Amino acid sequence: MLKAIETLQQGPRTAEAVDAFFAGRTFPIVEGHTITFVYRGEAEAIHLKHWVFGLPSSQQLTRVEGTDVWFLALELPPGSRVEYKLEVVRNGNGEWREDSLNPNRARDPFGANSVAHGEGYAIPPWIHPHPETQPGKIDELFLDSKVFGRRRVEIYLPARFRRTRRYPLLVVHDGHDYLRYAALGTILDNLIHRLEIPGMIVAMTSSPDRLVEYANDERHASFLTDELVPQLERALPIDARPQTRCLMGASFGAVAALSTAWRRPGYFGRLLLQSGSFAFTDIGDRNHRGPLFDPVVAFINKLRAQPVAMSERVFVSCGMYESLIYENRSLVPMLQSTGMDVRYVEARDGHNWENWRDRLREGLSWLFPGPLLFVYE
Amino acid sequence: MGQLTTNIVLLGPQQPSPDVGDALQEAGVKGPVALITAGWQEREAEDQALVEHLRVKTVNLKLHARSEQVFAADKELSAAAKARQTRLKAVNDFYRIRLDHAFEAAHAISVRHVDPELLAEEQHESVEALKQLDGDHLERCKVSHDHFVESWQPNQRPAVAKHREEIGKILDDSEAIVVMGGHVVSLLNRMKLFDVIGLAKKQRWFAAAGGAMLLTERVFLFHDFPPHGTGIAEVLDHGFGLVKSLVVLPDFCHRIDSSDRGGIARFVQRIAPATCVAMDPGGRVFVEGGLVRRALCHRLGADGSVEEGWTGC
Repeated sequence: MLKAIETLQQGPRTAEAVDAFFAGRTFPIVEGHTITFVYRGEAEAIHLKHWVFGLPSSQQLTRVEGTDVWFLALELPPGSRVEYKLEVVRNGNGEWREDSLNPNRARDPFGANSVAHGEGYAIPPWIHPHPETQPGKIDELFLDSKVFGRRRVEIYLPARFRRTRRYPLLVVHDGHDYLRYAALGTILDNLIHRLEIPGMIVAMTSSPDRLVEYANDERHASFLTDELVPQLERALPIDARPQTRCLMGASFGAVAALSTAWRRPGYFGRLLLQSGSFAFTDIGDRNHRGPLFDPVVAFINKLRAQPVAMSERVFVSCGMYESLIYENRSLVPMLQSTGMDVRYVEARDGHNWENWRDRLREGLSWLFPGPLLFVYE
Repeated sequence: MGQLTTNIVLLGPQQPSPDVGDALQEAGVKGPVALITAGWQEREAEDQALVEHLRVKTVNLKLHARSEQVFAADKELSAAAKARQTRLKAVNDFYRIRLDHAFEAAHAISVRHVDPELLAEEQHESVEALKQLDGDHLERCKVSHDHFVESWQPNQRPAVAKHREEIGKILDDSEAIVVMGGHVVSLLNRMKLFDVIGLAKKQRWFAAAGGAMLLTERVFLFHDFPPHGTGIAEVLDHGFGLVKSLVVLPDFCHRIDSSDRGGIARFVQRIAPATCVAMDPGGRVFVEGGLVRRALCHRLGADGSVEEGWTGC
């Protein structure tokens, strides 16, 4: 059977035919495993720019002769989710743009990307506010840290919060970004409502210098375990046991979580590590990723040489289309060898917030099983 | 544990709409009825719609609220109960780790290409290993509960005794006891704390969903569609044992993968010789002398089959 773009190529290629091709169609065109990116407009060249590790990061679209329609067909495995932009080249200058034919956007601290949903990928329903879900509340707290000075921390309190109860504590690196780009607040509301996780208190930290502080920095471990968590446990009804205390982060935030747990073994009984930047070397001490990674490499190399059970349960996730997939896959057996309970999940996605968003249900509900198993109404 | 009660009706889930009132009517219960909604935890008192549905005079025993009062008044008992729960949680965690590994082992064995007869033997051994784990876990729970009761004699403590007296009086005036579901640990603990089974003498029981699970000898937690991975059923604790040799799984259509014949078969073999019934809304099991006399529910078979409309015969 002809692909949609082939019908256009083989047809009369009149303006009416082109208009008919675009009418009532969603873009990019998903036909089985084939996904066709399309651009309409005059240009010298159009390039697909994406961050799928393993494919050329820039690929040229082909013009349908005699029209202003450009296309590129890629084979994407089922369940894939790809963030991209289109580079429109005019007068020798390339400009990166979102795909105006595709309404799907993913936002991150650097702006927004268009998103292609491969066959079988669906946006999880639990990321959207649900009418029956009672939302939690987000407060802010200012902590005068001896280590870092004044820091702002956002605190999530679940719906029906009661001071007479004891809640688990989840500490989230880059929490503000998780709230903004990964719908963390709504996801917590929904998962709690669905009994998939217990009501919990969540502390969302942010750092003005994360690449330094998160890279196995003793000051950061001290900030979390000597200052933030004890203060929260004094101020809020928190179940102060390692089993109910989780540290979480993505990318460098995952390094911060793992290195803090390593520096304070047994303190955090739960870890949630997403697309960790766990660079290491098998020989030498310089990784190809550059000097910012040097302290990470030193840390991971040390951990690989002498793995220790620093926590009880560790959830690790990574996108198959990330350059960090090798590092994360390598981490898992090493963590498992220590006796820790480790769950590893991969997704056909990249190093981005919506990948991390989509894995939160599985990760949080595994680390903190909610009362779902106990409730029979 | 518990005396044989001659008149028990087990019911399926009461969501989205209850039918326990219909069951009372069918049984000719005129009231008053003692109601237990402790499984609803803090929402225990939000029973107005249910009471209207029951259509007979109803008194909520308010076991959850009473337990809060007990723990506020008796700090020693409160601390001991919390310590017991913490220990039980840890024991449950370890049981769960062993269970996961036993399932992995069973799976690893089941995919071996060996003589079918040997494989069948090995699968039997795998089920026996699960039974052993379940049995050991139940025994550890029992030891923990017995130790708590022997050490703290909750019935003798004034804070508990006062409430038991009140509960006893309500029960004496009640024709039936209705136990709703909810959080089965909360429900189990509250009913145990006040020894409601010991106080109940002649009343008929109408127990729905989680409440029905607790009246049997063993309470199994299950969900084939958990938010992560694959669900593995686990035994929570002993139930009150008013219903013998029966395992109840409410909310069949939402919680059990009926297409997984292997999973159902393994579970039924694991709980054998008990009968395993799954209940959807409208389901009923009628019990006399601790044994099933009549039913309208699904019976799960040791071959993984689901017998719909099982009548108890």
